[in-house]
Amino acid sequence: MASTGDLEPTHYPARRAAQVALHYLNTHHGSPFRVFGLQQVHKASAEDVAAGGRKYKLDFSVTDWGSGSAGPALRCSADVLFPRTERHSAPEVQLHCEALHQINSTAQEEDAFYQKYISPDSTVSARDIPDSFGNMSEEMQPFWRLARVAASFIMLRESSENTEFNMAKVASVTQQESSEEQLMLEFVVLLHDFPSQEIVQWKLLASWSPDRGVRVLQTEWQPRCPHATKPPN
Amino acid sequence: MKRILFLTALFVAGFAKKTFERDQVLRITAKNEAQIFLLKELSEQEHLGLDFWREPVHESLPVDVYVPFHSLQAVRVFLRYNQIQYNVMIMDVQDLLDDEEREMVKYRTIPRSTDDFVYTAYHDLNSIYSFMDMLVAENSNLVSKIVIGQSYENRPLNVLKFSTGANRPGIWFDTGIHSREWVTQASGIWFAKKIVTDYGRDPVLTDILNNYDIFLEIVTNPDGFAYTHSRDRMWRKTRKPNSGSSCVGVDPNRNWDAGFGGGGSSSNPCTETYRGPSAHSEPEVKAIVDFVKSHGKLKAFVSIHSYSQMLLYPYGYTSTPAKDKAELHELAKKAIASLQSLYNTRYTYGSIITTIYQASGGTIDWTYNQGIKYSYTFELRDTGRYGFLLPANQIVPTAEETWLALMAIMEHTRNNPY
Repeated sequence: MASTGDLEPTHYPARRAAQVALHYLNTHHGSPFRVFGLQQVHKASAEDVAAGGRKYKLDFSVTDWGSGSAGPALRCSADVLFPRTERHSAPEVQLHCEALHQINSTAQEEDAFYQKYISPDSTVSARDIPDSFGNMSEEMQPFWRLARVAASFIMLRESSENTEFNMAKVASVTQQESSEEQLMLEFVVLLHDFPSQEIVQWKLLASWSPDRGVRVLQTEWQPRCPHATKPPN
Repeated sequence: MKRILFLTALFVAGFAKKTFERDQVLRITAKNEAQIFLLKELSEQEHLGLDFWREPVHESLPVDVYVPFHSLQAVRVFLRYNQIQYNVMIMDVQDLLDDEEREMVKYRTIPRSTDDFVYTAYHDLNSIYSFMDMLVAENSNLVSKIVIGQSYENRPLNVLKFSTGANRPGIWFDTGIHSREWVTQASGIWFAKKIVTDYGRDPVLTDILNNYDIFLEIVTNPDGFAYTHSRDRMWRKTRKPNSGSSCVGVDPNRNWDAGFGGGGSSSNPCTETYRGPSAHSEPEVKAIVDFVKSHGKLKAFVSIHSYSQMLLYPYGYTSTPAKDKAELHELAKKAIASLQSLYNTRYTYGSIITTIYQASGGTIDWTYNQGIKYSYTFELRDTGRYGFLLPANQIVPTAEETWLALMAIMEHTRNNPY
């Protein structure tokens, strides 16, 4: 459905574009102690672009899930360009958030987390975060956030005007041998796409350190078996 | 079950320690006999306080060992030095025990009444069906159970009827049509209890029930729900096989005869929005269709989903606005304001096709076209942080705030008979 000109901020065309901007924000500023969620879209508009594509202009607010519901909202503006190419290519985002540098530093927690798990004996391994009942242990929360940030790289890359991604859960996390002083983590994540309602599984290898932030080194789409299971006769 | 055995094993081992903080359980994979021999030697080091839950026997079998924190470093060094592979099965035994304790407390007693029932936890199908029977038994003047049909796997499709007199017009709520949306069935249970609690106490609800019947189908897709417990927490559809395909299930919210087959539903059985071979092909859907038609006097119909915090009205299959759009929009605005007043939860509202996405063959498009003017769909908490895996401590707040919106809809229906 084509939407051009001013958009209803609460409806899906604006929301999908805002979600893309959010994924971009998390790839740049997410950490084991910081993940941003969309709070509200204030204003949105869209226009066709000369090279073939649609550019959205957005004014929206985000909150940091890491700081709980008491966290302040951050105001952001973004341009999101969905290119029109034969094969899918990732949207392009330009983003500016006010006061990004002013939010409470999490350097202390990050350092403590890093020191704890960078040790050569550390071999973290866990499944189902959160579990079926939405439970997640305290210890697992930074790993969930890391997975969410790493997944944002994939969600950003795979997004179009016809998708709206969230991370449904972390199926597994397995620590790999640290490399170049980076924590190395292999995640299997389940992503949920709203319009199609599909659950999409990705395996990915991510590195993190307080200095270098999150990097995604490898990604691999994985087919999901239960969907294709016939009940026994 | 396995976890409870671990718990028992720990106590039986008779540790004098008070807590198991930072103790771990390692799963070791020995490559050869030499490594098995080394592990047997390790097990003889009594000062380490190790407890082998699976003894080193043969290199084809995993070796599970409980390692107290004070021995972790030594054990790891030993394993690495000898190049013995392992991974951490339980990262912090105390954490796990705390979790189990919480779960066990919840399920310690099978509730003997709906006052005993734990509304702050997610339950399985048997527990929910027991709840229904208890509610009916405790309030037989007000509540009865109707079986409107059978699911594909022959589970009863139960509807609770709240009624204070005969031949009344009716209001319908359903939860759990998409099985993975667990906060909805959980909220449905809470709504049922709320109704019996408030009848005779809350003047607005009492007045509504003195003029309308309320029908509540808590587990609208029981086969899918059972499957989310036993096999796949992310299952959405029904569990009916599709001929000519190895993929199972139909999306019950694309199977209704309203724009059936149009854009916003899929013809591929292996997709989550597969519409089915024909409209009303799913027994779970057909049962409601038959009920609605034979009742003939339903005046409001609300189908409840999660997640994304929205209140939606028809249409999903067409961008032609519903005839009553203005009124439906105003009522949605009012309902959302009531909802937000409790915990400041923000909802979006609008027609399905403009607000969330195009969807054909949807429930409330069909009910609206049948003449049930106040047809709405809810999408409950949250907006994507936990999504379908909403923590159980949010069940009651979600149900409480949603109830305020439902009351607004019911009140408006009552004040605007047609």
